[in-house]
Amino acid sequence: MLMQIAFYVMAAITCLSGVAVITQRNPVHSVLFLILAFFSAAGLFVLMGAEFLAMLLVVVYVGAVAVLFLFVVMMLDVDFNKLRQGFTNYLPVGVVVGLALLGEMILISVKVAGNGAAAAATPQAFTAAESNIKTIGHVLYTDYAYLFEGAGFVLLVAMVGAIVLTLRHRPNVKRQDIFKQVTRRRKDAVDVISVKSGEGIQE
Amino acid sequence: MIELSHYLAVSAILFTIGVFGIFLNRRNVIIILMSIELILLAVNINFVAFSVYLHNVLGQIMAMFVLTVAAAEAAVGLAILVTFFRNRGDIEVDDASMMKG
Repeated sequence: MLMQIAFYVMAAITCLSGVAVITQRNPVHSVLFLILAFFSAAGLFVLMGAEFLAMLLVVVYVGAVAVLFLFVVMMLDVDFNKLRQGFTNYLPVGVVVGLALLGEMILISVKVAGNGAAAAATPQAFTAAESNIKTIGHVLYTDYAYLFEGAGFVLLVAMVGAIVLTLRHRPNVKRQDIFKQVTRRRKDAVDVISVKSGEGIQE
Repeated sequence: MIELSHYLAVSAILFTIGVFGIFLNRRNVIIILMSIELILLAVNINFVAFSVYLHNVLGQIMAMFVLTVAAAEAAVGLAILVTFFRNRGDIEVDDASMMKG
């Protein structure tokens, strides 16, 4: 009974904050509702018994992606009211497409859930002896080790790409040039001049 | 016990909200990126639900990879957005035709 209540509360929060994400006037509020949606989705994951994925969702999304979004939204000086013009233009077609999509997906999922092997199974992603994270680790680091490495490479490429895209060399800004510093020799910098007393140096 | 179809329904609703958000906020690319995140979250819920109810941990591993790709996509997308804003002084994607595509 308690599980049902928890499920319905968290499912409702997930869906409602999803709606709030796309309808909020202020994008900062949108990002905050996105965080709420991810939190309650993590709750759903815990309810299913996938604790590791739930924690990963919180760490990756709330800790990294949402902060990235917040950062960009706050950094860009954009008139968001202007961007909302034509908000209602696409409403009818969006509603039609959305309802069609939703109807189809719910039909299919009810059919699949009713017919498939999952119909009678009790939800348990792991054996009682091993925790969820241990099971995932066993499979991830053996059968899917190459895929795991590939995922790491994807992240590396994304990081390099993001840096390359946003790095900019502005002209007229003094920067440290290490090569220039290291290759500097004494004769380039220092000149010994014998100065006659009382005359000083002209230059 | 909560049935599988309940989770699938939540996932379907979330997916639809994401698609609807793309339709609704055609001009605001930040909201479009957030809608894509919602869609990927819906996909993840589907993966995890099937993984749990079919007693196969593979679904959770796939969900992890989806999470990886989502994070990478968000990072690169926001970097492109920042560059676009720097060049245009605006983020209206409706008339983004600099590349003459």
